[in-house]
Amino acid sequence: MAHQLIDTFATRLRPETKAAVYDGSKKGHEKRTKLLFDNYAKPDDLRKLAGKIKQHVIENLDTYLPATEERLKENGINVHWASTAEAACNHVLEIMRARGAKRVVKAKTMVSEEIELEAFLNKHDIECLETDLGEFIVQLDHDKPSHIVKPIIHKSRREIAELFEKNGLGAYDDEPQVITRRAREFLRKKYLEGDVAITGANFVIAESGRIVLVTNEGNSRFCLAATSCHIAIVGIEKILPRDRDLALLLNLLGRSGTAQELTVYTEFISGAKASTQPDGPQAMHVIFVDNGRTDVLASDCKEILRCIRCGACLNVCPVYRQASGHAYRSVYPGPVGAVLSPLLLGKNFPQKADLPKASSLCGACNEVCPVDIPIPDLLLRLRAKAKQEGVPSPGTPPMGGWAVMASQPAAWKAALVAGKLINFMPTKLLPVPPLRAWEKTRDLPEWRGGAFRSWLKKHNS
Amino acid sequence: MANDRELILKRVKDALDPLPERAALPDYAGDLAVMRKITAGRDLLELFSERIKLVNGSVITSKEQLRDRLIEGKWMHGYCDPALWPALAATLGTGFTVETEFDRTRIDDYSFAITRAAGAVAETGTIILSDASTTYRLAALTPWVHIAVVSKSEILSDLSIAVAALGKDPNVIWCTGSSSTADVEGILIRGVHGPGVQIALVID
Repeated sequence: MAHQLIDTFATRLRPETKAAVYDGSKKGHEKRTKLLFDNYAKPDDLRKLAGKIKQHVIENLDTYLPATEERLKENGINVHWASTAEAACNHVLEIMRARGAKRVVKAKTMVSEEIELEAFLNKHDIECLETDLGEFIVQLDHDKPSHIVKPIIHKSRREIAELFEKNGLGAYDDEPQVITRRAREFLRKKYLEGDVAITGANFVIAESGRIVLVTNEGNSRFCLAATSCHIAIVGIEKILPRDRDLALLLNLLGRSGTAQELTVYTEFISGAKASTQPDGPQAMHVIFVDNGRTDVLASDCKEILRCIRCGACLNVCPVYRQASGHAYRSVYPGPVGAVLSPLLLGKNFPQKADLPKASSLCGACNEVCPVDIPIPDLLLRLRAKAKQEGVPSPGTPPMGGWAVMASQPAAWKAALVAGKLINFMPTKLLPVPPLRAWEKTRDLPEWRGGAFRSWLKKHNS
Repeated sequence: MANDRELILKRVKDALDPLPERAALPDYAGDLAVMRKITAGRDLLELFSERIKLVNGSVITSKEQLRDRLIEGKWMHGYCDPALWPALAATLGTGFTVETEFDRTRIDDYSFAITRAAGAVAETGTIILSDASTTYRLAALTPWVHIAVVSKSEILSDLSIAVAALGKDPNVIWCTGSSSTADVEGILIRGVHGPGVQIALVID
């Protein structure tokens, strides 16, 4: 049987990577559930409420965006708009050039991955350093993150120790404590040499013009203490109406993402540093990025824009656990990525139209989502979209014969009776490759076609 | 690029115009997410001390305790907010090297820093820092030990109250425990970029 791309990737995964991803995601999910139910009588009510708040924002972005822009400007923040990845990169470059800046330290931004900022800046002779430990390791290894909040869930300490040795960060030592200390020493010098800090934003508050950033390592704080300019690259969907909504969303984000009541550092930024403060940015910029989001907004999958990037749906997903994040060939992996990544491609949707099919539709992603996104429904809508647009679909058997049979009662009845023959056939020996592949790991159950019909007939009379 | 603002807003409008109705902003009690089981009827200092321990921080209530902790950890060179130093000088006088200006070219010289906090949150064991309260952002972040001085009356009960108290300061940061990561094989390590030890010195 022809495999879907994601299956092919999963079968080639090294056993230790598979084990690391499986264990890491499973543990994350179990801790999250325990914490939520220990702390709250009805955690589901909180998720659903948060979903309604975010849905309200998305459906009113036409008023929220200009209102948020106004508040940000009142706070002395420069606001820029970028309809494409290229435009966003160019804004960053212009800001850097105007300051004569050469070195970027980067924290907490998936959008920068999405717009491929690092490669762009490198081309223009600008150094761009990742500061989150996991992201830093990914960058050293010319690899890609494979999880939204645990970028190196696929890497073992042994691989990291070898990487550090190769890059002159000390002799081989795979103690996580030693690895962390070495990164600490290396990176603290780099922060202080940095000219510009680039971050994303977990939330932007329309009412107050505040940007909220959460990290556990304190890397975004270091970026914003050491450099003199802050650029926040923000997806247009990141808005929350009021400060008070943060009390709900921050509680959900920490628990859903990393099973913490609250992330270690939660930073509320409403402009450049205070005049009395010696450390920190003298200028602040916000770049609002579209890059396909308005296409998502116009689609029948706009609910995916509620996402707060916690990664809970990855941790719980049976497909993600088996396939790992790289199998999704996207910045956003897992169930959320299976919806968002093909949509963000706009007219190039067919390139990733296979992702929505890589799901058993078990519904676990919806159950854990802190903003209650109906991911299984959205996956189905995207499957329909692919079908309507005639996207070829490798791995799906031809269904023409089935369609004819299922639409003609006489043919259907005949097939139900004839099917009994299969009980007398040695199906495992049949020379039909797809059947053989299927039966390699499964047993065909006994054919009981028509049993329900005769049962119903008896009970109706 | 120049017209991207209008372009994006037009696309947003075009996407939303066909909607027959827009989802309303739900009304709810601001303290909905408060962990009542934990906070109800508790003395705030007691609760704060208990909760900060769970995130690997600690509360001390006297200058002598501070001195003993620093000596025990062999943290003898540090920075102190000049406004706080007169009250601490006698206790941290002998044996310690304490500077009241923070030199960013020598961050590794300081093993501890004492700065003023803007408040604390009992529910989560959080210390609140702001640009107004913190003399140097780098001082409260880069040394291995950070001691935040909090007045007892500044301890807030829960996050919903802390959000309401954010105010006008351009930079407020909640520190809930010490800098940490679990990036390498999910193993928790303290002290990644910021302090490995977070202490709150609560004063009257």
